[in-house]
Amino acid sequence: MAEPKTLPGANGKRHLLGRIFIWTLLLAAAVLYLGPIYVVLSTSLKDLAEIRAGALLDLPHELNFTAWREAWSSACIGVRCEGLRPYFLNSVIMSVPSVAISTLIGALSGYALSLFRFRGANIIFALMLFGCFIPFQIVILPMAQTLGYLGIANSITGLIVVHTIYGISFTTLFFRNYYVSVPQELVRAATMDGAGFFRIFWHIMLPLSIPIIVVSVIWQFTQVWNEFLFGASFTSGGSQPVTVALNNLINSTTSVKQYNVDMAAALIAAAPTLVVYIIAGRFFVRGLTAGAVKG
Amino acid sequence: MSNPQQRKQQMSVLDRLQRYLPQLVIAPPFLLLVFFVYGFIAWTGIISLTNSRMLPTFDVQGIQQYVRLLAMDRWNVAFDNLLIFGSLYILFSITIGCVLAVLLDQRIRAEGALRTIYLYPMAISFIVTGTAWKWILNPSLGIESYMQKLGWESFQFDWIVNRDMAIYVVVLAAVWQASGFVMALFLSALRTVDEDIIRAAHLDGASTTRIYFGIILPSLRPVFLSAFVILAHLSIKSFDLVVALTNGGPGYSSTLPANFMYEMAFRRNQIGLGAASAMMMLATVAAIIVPYLYSELRAKRHG
Repeated sequence: MAEPKTLPGANGKRHLLGRIFIWTLLLAAAVLYLGPIYVVLSTSLKDLAEIRAGALLDLPHELNFTAWREAWSSACIGVRCEGLRPYFLNSVIMSVPSVAISTLIGALSGYALSLFRFRGANIIFALMLFGCFIPFQIVILPMAQTLGYLGIANSITGLIVVHTIYGISFTTLFFRNYYVSVPQELVRAATMDGAGFFRIFWHIMLPLSIPIIVVSVIWQFTQVWNEFLFGASFTSGGSQPVTVALNNLINSTTSVKQYNVDMAAALIAAAPTLVVYIIAGRFFVRGLTAGAVKG
Repeated sequence: MSNPQQRKQQMSVLDRLQRYLPQLVIAPPFLLLVFFVYGFIAWTGIISLTNSRMLPTFDVQGIQQYVRLLAMDRWNVAFDNLLIFGSLYILFSITIGCVLAVLLDQRIRAEGALRTIYLYPMAISFIVTGTAWKWILNPSLGIESYMQKLGWESFQFDWIVNRDMAIYVVVLAAVWQASGFVMALFLSALRTVDEDIIRAAHLDGASTTRIYFGIILPSLRPVFLSAFVILAHLSIKSFDLVVALTNGGPGYSSTLPANFMYEMAFRRNQIGLGAASAMMMLATVAAIIVPYLYSELRAKRHG
Protein backbone atom coordinates (compact mmCIF):
# COMPACT_ATOMS: atom_id res chain seq x y z
CA MET A 1 0.00 0.00 0.00
CA ALA A 2 2.89 2.29 0.77
CA GLU A 3 4.37 2.26 -2.67
CA PRO A 4 5.90 5.58 -3.57
CA LYS A 5 3.64 7.16 -6.11
CA THR A 6 4.13 10.47 -7.70
CA LEU A 7 2.39 13.75 -7.39
CA PRO A 8 0.65 14.84 -10.50
CA GLY A 9 3.16 16.85 -12.45
CA ALA A 10 6.19 15.40 -10.72
CA ASN A 11 9.02 14.34 -12.96
CA GLY A 12 8.31 11.67 -15.57
CA LYS A 13 10.92 9.17 -14.46
CA ARG A 14 9.48 8.75 -11.00
CA HIS A 15 6.05 8.51 -12.50
CA LEU A 16 7.18 5.77 -14.84
CA LEU A 17 8.80 3.82 -12.01
CA GLY A 18 5.60 4.08 -10.02
CA ARG A 19 3.55 2.74 -12.91
CA ILE A 20 5.94 -0.17 -13.44
CA PHE A 21 5.72 -0.97 -9.74
CA ILE A 22 1.91 -0.94 -9.77
CA TRP A 23 1.69 -3.07 -12.90
CA THR A 24 4.20 -5.59 -11.59
CA LEU A 25 2.17 -6.12 -8.45
CA LEU A 26 -1.13 -6.31 -10.30
CA LEU A 27 0.15 -8.81 -12.86
CA ALA A 28 1.86 -10.94 -10.21
CA ALA A 29 -1.45 -11.08 -8.36
CA ALA A 30 -3.26 -12.04 -11.56
CA VAL A 31 -0.83 -14.93 -12.09
CA LEU A 32 -1.41 -16.15 -8.54
CA TYR A 33 -5.19 -16.04 -8.92
CA LEU A 34 -5.12 -17.77 -12.28
CA GLY A 35 -2.51 -20.35 -11.26
CA PRO A 36 -4.82 -22.93 -9.69
CA ILE A 37 -7.32 -22.91 -12.53
CA TYR A 38 -4.49 -23.23 -15.03
CA VAL A 39 -3.06 -26.23 -13.17
CA VAL A 40 -6.47 -27.87 -12.88
CA LEU A 41 -7.28 -27.32 -16.54
CA SER A 42 -3.92 -28.50 -17.85
CA THR A 43 -3.96 -31.56 -15.58
CA SER A 44 -7.43 -32.47 -16.85
CA LEU A 45 -6.06 -32.54 -20.42
CA LYS A 46 -3.01 -34.72 -19.70
CA ASP A 47 -2.88 -38.49 -19.62
CA LEU A 48 -1.83 -40.31 -16.46
CA ALA A 49 1.68 -41.12 -17.66
CA GLU A 50 2.32 -37.45 -18.29
CA ILE A 51 0.92 -36.54 -14.87
CA ARG A 52 3.08 -39.14 -13.12
CA ALA A 53 6.12 -37.68 -14.84
CA GLY A 54 5.48 -34.80 -12.47
CA ALA A 55 5.45 -31.72 -14.67
CA LEU A 56 2.72 -29.94 -12.74
CA LEU A 57 3.07 -26.53 -14.34
CA ASP A 58 3.87 -27.65 -17.87
CA LEU A 59 1.37 -27.45 -20.68
CA PRO A 60 -0.09 -30.79 -21.80
CA HIS A 61 1.77 -32.39 -24.74
CA GLU A 62 -1.49 -32.79 -26.60
CA LEU A 63 -5.09 -32.01 -25.87
CA ASN A 64 -6.64 -35.16 -24.54
CA PHE A 65 -10.30 -35.03 -23.62
CA THR A 66 -10.61 -38.63 -22.43
CA ALA A 67 -10.60 -37.57 -18.78
CA TRP A 68 -13.45 -35.14 -19.41
CA ARG A 69 -15.54 -37.83 -21.06
CA GLU A 70 -14.85 -40.20 -18.22
CA ALA A 71 -15.61 -37.62 -15.53
CA TRP A 72 -18.90 -36.78 -17.18
CA SER A 73 -20.25 -40.20 -17.97
CA SER A 74 -18.29 -43.18 -16.66
CA ALA A 75 -16.21 -42.43 -13.56
CA CYS A 76 -17.20 -44.46 -10.50
CA ILE A 77 -18.74 -42.59 -7.60
CA GLY A 78 -19.63 -44.98 -4.83
CA VAL A 79 -21.04 -48.07 -6.50
CA ARG A 80 -22.37 -46.30 -9.57
CA CYS A 81 -20.13 -45.81 -12.57
CA GLU A 82 -22.06 -43.17 -14.49
CA GLY A 83 -19.80 -40.22 -13.95
CA LEU A 84 -20.92 -36.84 -12.65
CA ARG A 85 -23.80 -36.50 -15.07
CA PRO A 86 -26.67 -37.79 -12.88
CA TYR A 87 -25.50 -35.64 -9.96
CA PHE A 88 -25.07 -32.63 -12.20
CA LEU A 89 -28.68 -33.08 -13.27
CA ASN A 90 -29.68 -33.42 -9.59
CA SER A 91 -28.10 -30.04 -8.95
CA VAL A 92 -29.96 -28.51 -11.89
CA ILE A 93 -33.28 -29.95 -10.69
CA MET A 94 -32.51 -28.75 -7.18
CA SER A 95 -31.40 -25.21 -8.12
CA VAL A 96 -34.13 -24.09 -10.51
CA PRO A 97 -37.15 -24.30 -8.18
CA SER A 98 -35.33 -23.20 -5.05
CA VAL A 99 -33.94 -20.14 -6.82
CA ALA A 100 -37.28 -19.22 -8.39
CA ILE A 101 -39.41 -19.70 -5.28
CA SER A 102 -37.06 -17.99 -2.83
CA THR A 103 -36.65 -15.02 -5.18
CA LEU A 104 -40.42 -14.63 -5.55
CA ILE A 105 -40.98 -14.84 -1.78
CA GLY A 106 -38.10 -12.43 -1.19
CA ALA A 107 -39.56 -9.93 -3.65
CA LEU A 108 -42.95 -9.98 -1.94
CA SER A 109 -41.60 -9.78 1.59
CA GLY A 110 -39.06 -7.11 0.67
CA TYR A 111 -41.89 -5.11 -0.89
CA ALA A 112 -44.12 -5.50 2.16
CA LEU A 113 -41.31 -4.60 4.55
CA SER A 114 -39.99 -1.55 2.74
CA LEU A 115 -42.91 0.40 1.30
CA PHE A 116 -45.46 -0.24 4.01
CA ARG A 117 -43.74 0.82 7.18
CA PHE A 118 -46.11 -0.91 9.55
CA ARG A 119 -45.23 -1.20 13.20
CA GLY A 120 -42.67 -3.91 13.85
CA ALA A 121 -41.47 -4.02 10.24
CA ASN A 122 -37.89 -3.26 11.27
CA ILE A 123 -37.88 -5.88 14.00
CA ILE A 124 -39.27 -8.47 11.61
CA PHE A 125 -36.59 -7.52 9.12
CA ALA A 126 -33.83 -7.78 11.72
CA LEU A 127 -35.08 -11.20 12.85
CA MET A 128 -35.19 -12.42 9.26
CA LEU A 129 -31.76 -10.95 8.53
CA PHE A 130 -30.11 -12.92 11.31
CA GLY A 131 -30.96 -16.03 9.30
CA CYS A 132 -28.30 -14.97 6.76
CA PHE A 133 -25.55 -15.43 9.29
CA ILE A 134 -26.36 -18.54 11.31
CA PRO A 135 -23.98 -21.47 10.91
CA PHE A 136 -26.19 -24.13 9.38
CA GLN A 137 -24.81 -26.74 11.75
CA ILE A 138 -27.33 -25.28 14.19
CA VAL A 139 -30.29 -26.43 12.06
CA ILE A 140 -29.18 -29.70 10.49
CA LEU A 141 -30.21 -32.02 13.33
CA PRO A 142 -33.80 -30.71 13.62
CA MET A 143 -33.98 -30.42 9.84
CA ALA A 144 -32.98 -34.05 9.37
CA GLN A 145 -35.82 -35.06 11.69
CA THR A 146 -38.30 -32.70 10.06
CA LEU A 147 -37.49 -33.95 6.57
CA GLY A 148 -38.07 -37.46 7.92
CA TYR A 149 -41.51 -36.48 9.31
CA LEU A 150 -42.40 -34.90 5.99
CA GLY A 151 -41.31 -38.01 4.12
CA ILE A 152 -38.79 -36.15 1.98
CA ALA A 153 -35.57 -37.28 3.63
CA ASN A 154 -32.85 -38.29 1.17
CA SER A 155 -34.59 -36.64 -1.76
CA ILE A 156 -34.00 -33.71 -4.05
CA THR A 157 -37.41 -32.38 -3.00
CA GLY A 158 -36.09 -32.19 0.55
CA LEU A 159 -33.08 -30.18 -0.59
CA ILE A 160 -35.32 -27.84 -2.59
CA VAL A 161 -37.35 -27.15 0.55
CA VAL A 162 -34.25 -26.54 2.65
CA HIS A 163 -32.60 -24.23 0.13
CA THR A 164 -35.79 -22.28 -0.44
CA ILE A 165 -36.33 -21.67 3.26
CA TYR A 166 -32.80 -20.57 4.08
CA GLY A 167 -32.60 -18.52 0.90
CA ILE A 168 -35.51 -16.31 1.98
CA SER A 169 -33.34 -14.34 4.41
CA PHE A 170 -30.99 -13.30 1.61
CA THR A 171 -33.59 -12.58 -1.04
CA THR A 172 -35.65 -10.53 1.42
CA LEU A 173 -32.54 -8.54 2.25
CA PHE A 174 -31.84 -7.83 -1.43
CA PHE A 175 -35.35 -6.72 -2.31
CA ARG A 176 -35.99 -4.84 0.89
CA ASN A 177 -32.80 -2.78 0.49
CA TYR A 178 -33.62 -2.18 -3.15
CA TYR A 179 -37.20 -1.04 -2.55
CA VAL A 180 -36.23 1.20 0.35
CA SER A 181 -34.88 3.66 -2.20
CA VAL A 182 -38.15 3.74 -4.16
CA PRO A 183 -40.01 6.94 -3.22
CA GLN A 184 -43.02 6.26 -1.05
CA GLU A 185 -44.98 8.89 -3.02
CA LEU A 186 -45.13 6.45 -5.90
CA VAL A 187 -47.04 3.97 -3.79
CA ARG A 188 -49.18 6.68 -2.23
CA ALA A 189 -50.16 8.05 -5.62
CA ALA A 190 -51.01 4.60 -6.94
CA THR A 191 -53.09 3.91 -3.84
CA MET A 192 -55.00 7.17 -4.45
CA ASP A 193 -55.74 5.92 -7.92
CA GLY A 194 -57.29 2.86 -6.33
CA ALA A 195 -54.53 0.36 -7.02
CA GLY A 196 -54.22 -2.36 -4.40
CA PHE A 197 -51.20 -3.99 -2.82
CA PHE A 198 -50.73 -6.66 -5.46
CA ARG A 199 -51.53 -4.40 -8.40
CA ILE A 200 -48.86 -1.95 -7.31
CA PHE A 201 -46.43 -4.82 -6.89
CA TRP A 202 -47.20 -6.32 -10.27
CA HIS A 203 -47.53 -3.19 -12.39
CA ILE A 204 -45.18 -0.73 -10.72
CA MET A 205 -42.62 -2.53 -8.60
CA LEU A 206 -41.80 -5.60 -10.66
CA PRO A 207 -40.94 -3.67 -13.83
CA LEU A 208 -38.55 -1.57 -11.70
CA SER A 209 -36.98 -4.66 -10.19
CA ILE A 210 -35.20 -6.33 -13.08
CA PRO A 211 -31.65 -5.58 -11.81
CA ILE A 212 -32.33 -6.81 -8.29
CA ILE A 213 -34.11 -9.89 -9.62
CA VAL A 214 -30.96 -10.70 -11.60
CA VAL A 215 -28.82 -10.13 -8.49
CA SER A 216 -31.05 -12.36 -6.40
CA VAL A 217 -31.24 -15.14 -8.98
CA ILE A 218 -27.47 -15.17 -9.50
CA TRP A 219 -26.74 -15.09 -5.79
CA GLN A 220 -29.19 -17.87 -4.98
CA PHE A 221 -28.04 -19.99 -7.88
CA THR A 222 -24.40 -19.68 -6.83
CA GLN A 223 -25.26 -20.48 -3.22
CA VAL A 224 -27.45 -23.46 -3.99
CA TRP A 225 -25.20 -24.90 -6.68
CA ASN A 226 -22.06 -24.63 -4.52
CA GLU A 227 -23.65 -25.77 -1.26
CA PHE A 228 -22.22 -28.87 0.38
CA LEU A 229 -23.31 -29.25 4.01
CA PHE A 230 -27.04 -29.80 3.37
CA GLY A 231 -26.34 -32.10 0.46
CA ALA A 232 -23.92 -34.20 2.50
CA SER A 233 -26.19 -34.30 5.56
CA PHE A 234 -29.57 -34.99 3.96
CA THR A 235 -28.86 -37.11 0.89
CA SER A 236 -26.98 -40.23 -0.02
CA GLY A 237 -26.42 -42.30 -3.14
CA GLY A 238 -28.38 -41.28 -6.20
CA SER A 239 -29.96 -38.10 -4.87
CA GLN A 240 -26.74 -36.29 -4.03
CA PRO A 241 -25.95 -32.91 -5.57
CA VAL A 242 -22.84 -32.44 -7.69
CA THR A 243 -20.63 -30.98 -4.93
CA VAL A 244 -21.11 -34.05 -2.75
CA ALA A 245 -20.55 -36.40 -5.69
CA LEU A 246 -17.37 -34.53 -6.62
CA ASN A 247 -16.04 -34.86 -3.09
CA ASN A 248 -16.82 -38.58 -3.09
CA LEU A 249 -15.07 -39.01 -6.40
CA ILE A 250 -11.94 -37.18 -5.24
CA ASN A 251 -11.76 -39.08 -1.96
CA SER A 252 -12.58 -42.52 -3.31
CA THR A 253 -9.83 -44.90 -2.38
CA THR A 254 -11.00 -47.93 -4.30
CA SER A 255 -9.10 -47.55 -7.55
CA VAL A 256 -5.95 -46.03 -8.94
CA LYS A 257 -6.05 -42.27 -8.52
CA GLN A 258 -6.94 -40.67 -11.82
CA TYR A 259 -5.92 -37.11 -11.23
CA ASN A 260 -6.92 -36.00 -14.70
CA VAL A 261 -10.46 -37.30 -14.17
CA ASP A 262 -10.62 -35.62 -10.75
CA MET A 263 -9.62 -32.28 -12.23
CA ALA A 264 -12.03 -32.56 -15.15
CA ALA A 265 -14.79 -33.38 -12.67
CA ALA A 266 -13.88 -30.34 -10.57
CA LEU A 267 -14.14 -28.11 -13.63
CA ILE A 268 -17.47 -29.65 -14.65
CA ALA A 269 -18.85 -29.00 -11.17
CA ALA A 270 -17.54 -25.42 -11.23
CA ALA A 271 -18.62 -24.63 -14.81
CA PRO A 272 -22.21 -23.38 -14.31
CA THR A 273 -21.38 -20.79 -11.67
CA LEU A 274 -18.22 -19.74 -13.51
CA VAL A 275 -20.19 -19.18 -16.69
CA VAL A 276 -22.78 -17.15 -14.83
CA TYR A 277 -19.99 -15.12 -13.25
CA ILE A 278 -18.30 -14.41 -16.56
CA ILE A 279 -21.54 -13.43 -18.26
CA ALA A 280 -23.04 -11.39 -15.44
CA GLY A 281 -20.14 -10.56 -13.13
CA ARG A 282 -21.46 -7.11 -12.38
CA PHE A 283 -24.63 -8.48 -10.83
CA PHE A 284 -22.67 -11.15 -9.00
CA VAL A 285 -20.56 -8.49 -7.31
CA ARG A 286 -23.65 -6.55 -6.32
CA GLY A 287 -25.08 -9.62 -4.64
CA LEU A 288 -21.85 -10.20 -2.76
CA THR A 289 -21.61 -6.67 -1.50
CA ALA A 290 -25.31 -6.27 -0.73
CA GLY A 291 -24.83 -7.94 2.62
CA ALA A 292 -22.15 -5.48 3.54
CA VAL A 293 -23.67 -2.25 2.33
CA LYS A 294 -26.29 -0.91 4.65
CA GLY A 295 -29.67 -0.40 3.10
CA MET B 1 -83.30 -3.03 6.51
CA SER B 2 -80.13 -4.66 7.76
CA ASN B 3 -78.93 -5.03 4.21
CA PRO B 4 -76.97 -1.78 3.80
CA GLN B 5 -75.49 -2.17 7.23
CA GLN B 6 -74.38 -5.68 6.41
CA ARG B 7 -72.78 -4.49 3.23
CA LYS B 8 -71.01 -1.77 5.10
CA GLN B 9 -69.64 -4.34 7.49
CA GLN B 10 -68.46 -6.51 4.61
CA MET B 11 -66.76 -3.54 3.03
CA SER B 12 -64.96 -2.76 6.21
CA VAL B 13 -63.76 -6.35 6.49
CA LEU B 14 -62.39 -6.10 2.96
CA ASP B 15 -60.94 -2.70 3.77
CA ARG B 16 -59.36 -4.07 6.90
CA LEU B 17 -57.95 -6.95 4.91
CA GLN B 18 -56.54 -4.52 2.37
CA ARG B 19 -55.00 -2.45 5.14
CA TYR B 20 -53.32 -5.41 6.74
CA LEU B 21 -52.27 -6.96 3.47
CA PRO B 22 -48.55 -6.12 3.96
CA GLN B 23 -48.62 -7.87 7.32
CA LEU B 24 -50.50 -10.82 5.83
CA VAL B 25 -47.96 -11.13 3.05
CA ILE B 26 -44.95 -11.01 5.35
CA ALA B 27 -46.51 -13.41 7.86
CA PRO B 28 -45.90 -16.73 6.06
CA PRO B 29 -42.21 -16.22 5.27
CA PHE B 30 -41.65 -14.67 8.66
CA LEU B 31 -43.29 -17.58 10.45
CA LEU B 32 -41.33 -20.02 8.31
CA LEU B 33 -38.11 -18.40 9.44
CA VAL B 34 -39.24 -18.18 13.05
CA PHE B 35 -39.81 -21.91 12.97
CA PHE B 36 -36.87 -23.00 10.84
CA VAL B 37 -34.31 -20.62 12.36
CA TYR B 38 -35.34 -19.78 15.91
CA GLY B 39 -37.42 -22.89 16.52
CA PHE B 40 -34.60 -25.07 15.27
CA ILE B 41 -32.05 -23.19 17.38
CA ALA B 42 -34.19 -23.94 20.45
CA TRP B 43 -34.60 -27.54 19.28
CA THR B 44 -30.84 -27.99 18.90
CA GLY B 45 -30.40 -26.25 22.26
CA ILE B 46 -32.64 -28.83 23.92
CA ILE B 47 -30.88 -31.75 22.20
CA SER B 48 -27.58 -30.36 23.48
CA LEU B 49 -28.87 -30.80 27.04
CA THR B 50 -29.67 -34.49 26.57
CA ASN B 51 -27.75 -37.71 26.24
CA SER B 52 -28.82 -38.18 22.62
CA ARG B 53 -26.57 -40.58 20.79
CA MET B 54 -27.82 -42.18 17.59
CA LEU B 55 -31.27 -40.58 17.68
CA PRO B 56 -32.28 -37.30 19.28
CA THR B 57 -34.13 -37.64 22.56
CA PHE B 58 -35.77 -34.89 24.57
CA ASP B 59 -34.91 -36.11 28.03
CA VAL B 60 -33.15 -33.03 29.42
CA GLN B 61 -30.25 -33.95 31.67
CA GLY B 62 -28.20 -30.80 32.06
CA ILE B 63 -25.01 -29.35 30.72
CA GLN B 64 -22.84 -32.44 30.79
CA GLN B 65 -22.40 -32.44 26.99
CA TYR B 66 -20.80 -28.99 27.26
CA VAL B 67 -18.57 -30.20 30.05
CA ARG B 68 -17.51 -33.17 27.92
CA LEU B 69 -17.02 -30.92 24.93
CA LEU B 70 -14.70 -28.50 26.68
CA ALA B 71 -12.61 -31.37 28.01
CA MET B 72 -12.16 -32.98 24.59
CA ASP B 73 -8.84 -32.54 22.88
CA ARG B 74 -10.48 -32.78 19.47
CA TRP B 75 -12.78 -29.85 20.26
CA ASN B 76 -9.99 -27.75 21.71
CA VAL B 77 -7.86 -28.37 18.64
CA ALA B 78 -10.82 -27.40 16.46
CA PHE B 79 -11.45 -24.21 18.41
CA ASP B 80 -7.76 -23.23 18.47
CA ASN B 81 -7.69 -23.86 14.74
CA LEU B 82 -10.66 -21.56 14.35
CA LEU B 83 -8.77 -18.80 16.16
CA ILE B 84 -5.66 -19.30 14.01
CA PHE B 85 -7.59 -19.75 10.79
CA GLY B 86 -10.04 -16.94 11.49
CA SER B 87 -7.47 -14.30 12.40
CA LEU B 88 -5.07 -15.08 9.55
CA TYR B 89 -7.89 -15.41 7.04
CA ILE B 90 -9.34 -12.05 8.03
CA LEU B 91 -5.95 -10.33 8.25
CA PHE B 92 -4.61 -11.53 4.90
CA SER B 93 -7.87 -11.22 3.00
CA ILE B 94 -8.36 -7.63 4.14
CA THR B 95 -4.72 -6.64 3.56
CA ILE B 96 -4.49 -8.20 0.10
CA GLY B 97 -7.97 -7.05 -0.89
CA CYS B 98 -7.25 -3.52 0.24
CA VAL B 99 -3.87 -3.31 -1.53
CA LEU B 100 -5.34 -4.65 -4.78
CA ALA B 101 -8.23 -2.19 -4.58
CA VAL B 102 -5.89 0.78 -4.06
CA LEU B 103 -3.64 -0.35 -6.92
CA LEU B 104 -6.60 -0.86 -9.23
CA ASP B 105 -7.82 2.58 -8.30
CA GLN B 106 -4.77 4.18 -10.01
CA ARG B 107 -6.46 4.54 -13.41
CA ILE B 108 -5.48 1.11 -14.66
CA ARG B 109 -6.54 0.53 -18.23
CA ALA B 110 -7.20 -3.19 -17.88
CA GLU B 111 -9.10 -2.73 -14.64
CA GLY B 112 -12.16 -4.68 -15.76
CA ALA B 113 -10.18 -7.75 -16.81
CA LEU B 114 -8.03 -7.73 -13.68
CA ARG B 115 -11.07 -7.36 -11.45
CA THR B 116 -12.68 -10.35 -13.14
CA ILE B 117 -9.52 -12.40 -12.56
CA TYR B 118 -9.22 -11.47 -8.88
CA LEU B 119 -12.84 -12.22 -8.13
CA TYR B 120 -13.59 -15.42 -10.01
CA PRO B 121 -12.58 -17.76 -7.13
CA MET B 122 -15.59 -16.44 -5.23
CA ALA B 123 -17.89 -17.96 -7.85
CA ILE B 124 -16.69 -21.52 -7.39
CA SER B 125 -17.51 -23.86 -4.55
CA PHE B 126 -15.22 -24.57 -1.62
CA ILE B 127 -15.19 -28.21 -2.69
CA VAL B 128 -13.70 -27.28 -6.05
CA THR B 129 -11.23 -24.88 -4.45
CA GLY B 130 -10.19 -27.56 -1.98
CA THR B 131 -9.81 -30.12 -4.76
CA ALA B 132 -7.59 -27.79 -6.79
CA TRP B 133 -5.29 -26.84 -3.92
CA LYS B 134 -5.10 -30.39 -2.65
CA TRP B 135 -3.76 -31.41 -6.03
CA ILE B 136 -1.31 -28.50 -6.28
CA LEU B 137 0.05 -29.04 -2.78
CA ASN B 138 0.31 -32.82 -2.73
CA PRO B 139 4.00 -33.54 -2.08
CA SER B 140 4.49 -36.42 -4.51
CA LEU B 141 3.26 -34.86 -7.76
CA GLY B 142 2.50 -31.27 -6.84
CA ILE B 143 4.45 -28.07 -6.59
CA GLU B 144 7.06 -29.56 -4.25
CA SER B 145 8.17 -32.29 -6.63
CA TYR B 146 7.94 -29.87 -9.57
CA MET B 147 10.38 -27.47 -7.94
CA GLN B 148 12.69 -30.32 -6.98
CA LYS B 149 12.70 -31.61 -10.56
CA LEU B 150 13.52 -28.12 -11.79
CA GLY B 151 16.72 -28.46 -9.80
CA TRP B 152 15.84 -26.81 -6.50
CA GLU B 153 16.32 -30.03 -4.61
CA SER B 154 15.96 -28.72 -1.11
CA PHE B 155 12.58 -27.15 -1.88
CA GLN B 156 10.02 -28.25 0.67
CA PHE B 157 6.34 -27.47 0.84
CA ASP B 158 4.65 -30.38 2.52
CA TRP B 159 2.31 -28.43 4.78
CA ILE B 160 -0.72 -30.35 3.66
CA VAL B 161 0.59 -33.57 5.21
CA ASN B 162 2.26 -31.87 8.15
CA ARG B 163 0.33 -31.99 11.42
CA ASP B 164 1.56 -28.56 12.54
CA MET B 165 1.09 -26.79 9.24
CA ALA B 166 -2.07 -28.25 7.69
CA ILE B 167 -4.32 -25.51 9.06
CA TYR B 168 -2.19 -22.90 7.26
CA VAL B 169 -2.91 -24.63 3.97
CA VAL B 170 -6.59 -24.05 4.69
CA VAL B 171 -5.77 -20.37 5.30
CA LEU B 172 -3.92 -20.20 1.98
CA ALA B 173 -6.80 -21.60 -0.06
CA ALA B 174 -9.40 -19.56 1.82
CA VAL B 175 -7.49 -16.30 1.32
CA TRP B 176 -7.09 -17.11 -2.37
CA GLN B 177 -10.85 -17.45 -2.56
CA ALA B 178 -11.95 -14.47 -0.49
CA SER B 179 -9.39 -11.70 -1.07
CA GLY B 180 -10.88 -10.78 -4.46
CA PHE B 181 -14.21 -10.28 -2.79
CA VAL B 182 -12.66 -7.90 -0.25
CA MET B 183 -11.00 -6.11 -3.18
CA ALA B 184 -14.45 -5.61 -4.76
CA LEU B 185 -15.84 -4.26 -1.48
CA PHE B 186 -13.03 -1.74 -1.14
CA LEU B 187 -12.98 -0.76 -4.78
CA SER B 188 -16.65 0.13 -4.81
CA ALA B 189 -16.15 2.18 -1.66
CA LEU B 190 -13.07 3.94 -3.10
CA ARG B 191 -15.21 5.05 -6.01
CA THR B 192 -17.52 6.92 -3.68
CA VAL B 193 -14.75 8.94 -2.01
CA ASP B 194 -15.16 12.63 -2.72
CA GLU B 195 -12.68 13.61 -5.45
CA ASP B 196 -12.64 17.27 -4.43
CA ILE B 197 -11.06 16.49 -1.07
CA ILE B 198 -8.32 14.51 -2.80
CA ARG B 199 -7.71 17.29 -5.30
CA ALA B 200 -7.52 19.82 -2.51
CA ALA B 201 -5.02 17.66 -0.63
CA HIS B 202 -2.92 17.32 -3.79
CA LEU B 203 -2.87 21.07 -4.17
CA ASP B 204 -1.69 21.37 -0.57
CA GLY B 205 1.27 19.23 -1.60
CA ALA B 206 0.33 15.98 0.10
CA SER B 207 1.76 12.85 -1.55
CA THR B 208 -0.52 10.12 -2.88
CA THR B 209 0.70 7.77 -0.17
CA ARG B 210 -0.13 10.30 2.50
CA ILE B 211 -3.51 11.00 0.99
CA TYR B 212 -4.36 7.29 1.10
CA PHE B 213 -3.15 6.79 4.65
CA GLY B 214 -4.31 10.10 6.02
CA ILE B 215 -7.63 10.67 4.29
CA ILE B 216 -8.97 7.88 2.14
CA LEU B 217 -8.36 4.72 4.14
CA PRO B 218 -9.60 6.23 7.42
CA SER B 219 -12.79 7.25 5.66
CA LEU B 220 -13.32 3.61 4.70
CA ARG B 221 -13.71 2.49 8.30
CA PRO B 222 -17.24 1.16 7.74
CA VAL B 223 -15.93 -1.03 4.89
CA PHE B 224 -13.20 -2.47 7.11
CA LEU B 225 -15.88 -3.25 9.66
CA SER B 226 -18.19 -4.88 7.11
CA ALA B 227 -15.35 -6.93 5.66
CA PHE B 228 -14.32 -8.00 9.14
CA VAL B 229 -17.83 -9.09 10.11
CA ILE B 230 -18.45 -10.97 6.87
CA LEU B 231 -15.11 -12.76 6.94
CA ALA B 232 -15.39 -13.54 10.65
CA HIS B 233 -18.75 -15.24 10.26
CA LEU B 234 -17.58 -17.03 7.12
CA SER B 235 -14.61 -18.41 9.00
CA ILE B 236 -16.85 -19.79 11.74
CA LYS B 237 -19.05 -21.40 9.09
CA SER B 238 -16.06 -22.85 7.19
CA PHE B 239 -16.67 -26.51 6.62
CA ASP B 240 -16.50 -27.69 3.01
CA LEU B 241 -13.04 -26.29 2.32
CA VAL B 242 -11.51 -28.38 5.10
CA VAL B 243 -13.48 -31.44 3.97
CA ALA B 244 -12.13 -31.22 0.43
CA LEU B 245 -8.63 -30.00 1.22
CA THR B 246 -7.37 -31.92 4.25
CA ASN B 247 -10.45 -33.73 5.51
CA GLY B 248 -9.44 -32.40 8.91
CA GLY B 249 -6.14 -34.24 8.88
CA PRO B 250 -3.50 -35.37 9.37
CA GLY B 251 -5.36 -36.98 12.27
CA TYR B 252 -7.65 -34.17 13.37
CA SER B 253 -4.97 -31.51 13.29
CA SER B 254 -6.72 -29.21 10.79
CA THR B 255 -10.30 -29.78 11.88
CA LEU B 256 -12.58 -26.78 12.53
CA PRO B 257 -15.64 -26.60 14.83
CA ALA B 258 -17.99 -27.04 11.86
CA ASN B 259 -16.21 -30.27 10.95
CA PHE B 260 -16.23 -31.42 14.55
CA MET B 261 -19.99 -30.97 14.70
CA TYR B 262 -20.57 -32.94 11.49
CA GLU B 263 -18.26 -35.72 12.61
CA MET B 264 -20.01 -36.13 15.97
CA ALA B 265 -23.56 -35.82 14.68
CA PHE B 266 -23.36 -37.91 11.52
CA ARG B 267 -20.41 -40.27 11.89
CA ARG B 268 -20.01 -41.06 15.57
CA ASN B 269 -23.58 -41.17 16.85
CA GLN B 270 -22.88 -38.41 19.35
CA ILE B 271 -25.85 -36.23 18.53
CA GLY B 272 -25.97 -34.56 21.94
CA LEU B 273 -22.33 -33.60 21.72
CA GLY B 274 -22.76 -32.43 18.13
CA ALA B 275 -25.67 -30.23 19.17
CA ALA B 276 -23.60 -28.73 21.98
CA SER B 277 -20.80 -27.89 19.55
CA ALA B 278 -23.33 -26.33 17.16
CA MET B 279 -24.58 -24.14 20.00
CA MET B 280 -21.01 -23.02 20.67
CA MET B 281 -20.62 -22.11 16.99
CA LEU B 282 -23.86 -20.15 17.06
CA ALA B 283 -22.77 -18.31 20.20
CA THR B 284 -19.51 -17.32 18.50
CA VAL B 285 -21.33 -16.04 15.42
CA ALA B 286 -23.92 -14.21 17.50
CA ALA B 287 -21.21 -12.45 19.52
CA ILE B 288 -20.04 -10.84 16.28
CA ILE B 289 -23.26 -10.46 14.30
CA VAL B 290 -25.76 -9.25 16.88
CA PRO B 291 -23.89 -6.07 17.84
CA TYR B 292 -23.18 -5.40 14.16
CA LEU B 293 -26.80 -5.78 13.04
CA TYR B 294 -27.97 -3.80 16.05
CA SER B 295 -25.74 -0.84 15.26
CA GLU B 296 -26.40 -1.01 11.50
CA LEU B 297 -30.17 -1.04 11.87
CA ARG B 298 -30.14 1.59 14.60
CA ALA B 299 -27.91 3.93 12.64
CA LYS B 300 -30.29 3.62 9.72
CA ARG B 301 -33.33 4.49 11.77
CA HIS B 302 -31.70 7.64 13.07
CA GLY B 303 -30.12 8.57 9.78
